[in-house]
Amino acid sequence: MKPVNQKAWWLVLPVFLCVAFSAILPLMTVVNYSVQDIISPERRVFVGTEWFASVMRDPDLHEALLRQIGFSLAVLLVEIPLGILLALSMPATGWKSSAVLVVVALSLLIPWNVVGTIWQIYGRADIGLLGAALQKLGIDYSYTGSARDAWLTVLVMDVWHWTPLVALLGYAGLRSIPDAYYQAARIDGASKFAVFRYIQLPKMRGVLMIAVLLRFMDSFMIYTEPFVLTGGGPGNATTFLSQYLTQKAVGQFDLGPAAAFSLIYFLIILLLCFILYTWMQRVGTTDDLSSKTEAGHA
Amino acid sequence: MARIVLDLAHSYKPNPQQDSDYALLPLKMTFDDGGAYALLGPSGCGKTTMLNIISGLVQPSHGTVTFDADDVTRKTPQARNIAQVFQFPVIYDTMTVAENLAFPLKNRGVAADKIKARVGRIAEMLEMSGQLNTRAAGLAADAKQKISLGRGLVREDVSAVLFDEPLTVIDPHLKWQLRRKLKQIHHELKLTLIYVTHDQVEALTFADQVVVMTRGKAVQVGSPDALFERPAHRFVGHFIGSPGMNFLPAALLPGAPAAAQTLGIRPEYLRLAEPGAAGALPATVLQTQDVGTYWLLTLQLSGLGAQAPHTLRMRLDAQARPPRPGDALWLQLNGPHTCWYAADETLLAAAAEQEVMA
Repeated sequence: MKPVNQKAWWLVLPVFLCVAFSAILPLMTVVNYSVQDIISPERRVFVGTEWFASVMRDPDLHEALLRQIGFSLAVLLVEIPLGILLALSMPATGWKSSAVLVVVALSLLIPWNVVGTIWQIYGRADIGLLGAALQKLGIDYSYTGSARDAWLTVLVMDVWHWTPLVALLGYAGLRSIPDAYYQAARIDGASKFAVFRYIQLPKMRGVLMIAVLLRFMDSFMIYTEPFVLTGGGPGNATTFLSQYLTQKAVGQFDLGPAAAFSLIYFLIILLLCFILYTWMQRVGTTDDLSSKTEAGHA
Repeated sequence: MARIVLDLAHSYKPNPQQDSDYALLPLKMTFDDGGAYALLGPSGCGKTTMLNIISGLVQPSHGTVTFDADDVTRKTPQARNIAQVFQFPVIYDTMTVAENLAFPLKNRGVAADKIKARVGRIAEMLEMSGQLNTRAAGLAADAKQKISLGRGLVREDVSAVLFDEPLTVIDPHLKWQLRRKLKQIHHELKLTLIYVTHDQVEALTFADQVVVMTRGKAVQVGSPDALFERPAHRFVGHFIGSPGMNFLPAALLPGAPAAAQTLGIRPEYLRLAEPGAAGALPATVLQTQDVGTYWLLTLQLSGLGAQAPHTLRMRLDAQARPPRPGDALWLQLNGPHTCWYAADETLLAAAAEQEVMA
């Protein structure tokens, strides 16, 4: 028989308190708002799941969600391969590697709203270097006028800001590969692509998984940059989920629907991260070999 | 398959000035086709550098590497058609055991049915036939190293297979098996094998010819027997054997060859002598150790006055009754197995004065 000591519960108490105050209680206040109609501080009515139902039916939300998913996918599709490419081309040793590391990491040090401001000026058609240059080339570029241009500018801005993070993570992964692997590959007569496919990529799997998760979560919560650059416009072209939420909560002061939406937003991120994580864990560890080796033979 | 001739020196520094700047001092060395060689020496003696120069991973700073009549000094490992196995297992994580073994062949465009037959044969030799379709990443370290060995052996037409301390990560009982396996494979495939190790047992059991190296120099190339009986350099005498050779100033013994500076005699060949016998010196027992299969005695030469004390090791048969610490006895130092070394630490000649045997 194992001894049972109920006093051990006291040892869990600090963790419990910490989690309660840092996560559970704040979240519960949001839950509290989401099930009430707050007409004034004194008058509130319990409405059950009504806000959830109405938010779920909101066509604006559907659009924002699709826009958001599209944006996050685009971010991942551009930043991950580009980051890997950057990491592969960075010098491995000597003063060059230190210099390149500093240069690459620079954009990561800039605050979000400053990035927005930089690109807002940079892209202006009258005085911005990029905007004016494109105008001179005869391209009618305007992030305030064209929905497509605005969307692309936000994407390029995010790529510019965050690809270095992927590159640095990939670089760390590459540096951890022992020399013997490269030597063995040379002995085995492996091509450059084979070295990438069978040594570098598998060895970077761990860090790339972190990169994908970080970039997905961050891009899914993007707020400051489009807010500074376009304010969500033109029209609703760059209104992503956070923007939409802010409009509801702060702009219109609809606390009930905003709280309901916050919870849904939270659950979406949690769910997508979980799916992404399990999928990436499985790639490269299970015997999903036949399909992968076919690709290798091709 | 090729006869490999090295005539080179190597320094990792750009402008080598003195001997210590060289990882490999100027040397000439020939590896015959189909031989089993071991490069033996302590860490940092240049054995791995020599191996990497043969394989082409390192280019020598001076001199040439020749395969048969072909100067391959500037050629890549691939062009030299070399296989090499490293100290730690290198496997391709995403592949199965079979794909790992097939990788060197696939990269060279060998036909699929040939690959299959060859991989099957190698897997059988390494006793891995049952694991061919498992993912290599999940295996234990020794299984992974067996895959590395297999990848080194899978190509039939290689110039040579090089091993860089390949059994470091393997459990002792498996080491024996794998070494036997390698030896057997050598007989079956008739490949030239060059094996780097710092473990004398490994070198002496594996190789027909052992190259003993120290501080960038190959001090002796010879059969395991020659290394034991006639160490060409004091380092070889000291490094090979357990414990190593005993060394004494030659001047202590009357009748030593004129040019001899040092006398060397293996603990196995030290014999007890009658007091006052020719070529014998008195000694005191300091310590006796039971090492299981033999007695190991530590002795000190006595009657040397103010001279520095000289200790000797001696092996006695397990059945013999060992003397006790403090006992005085006479040791026969001048026998058929005594080696004489000149001032530059190289072997002079062997004394074969049978008549002084006790």
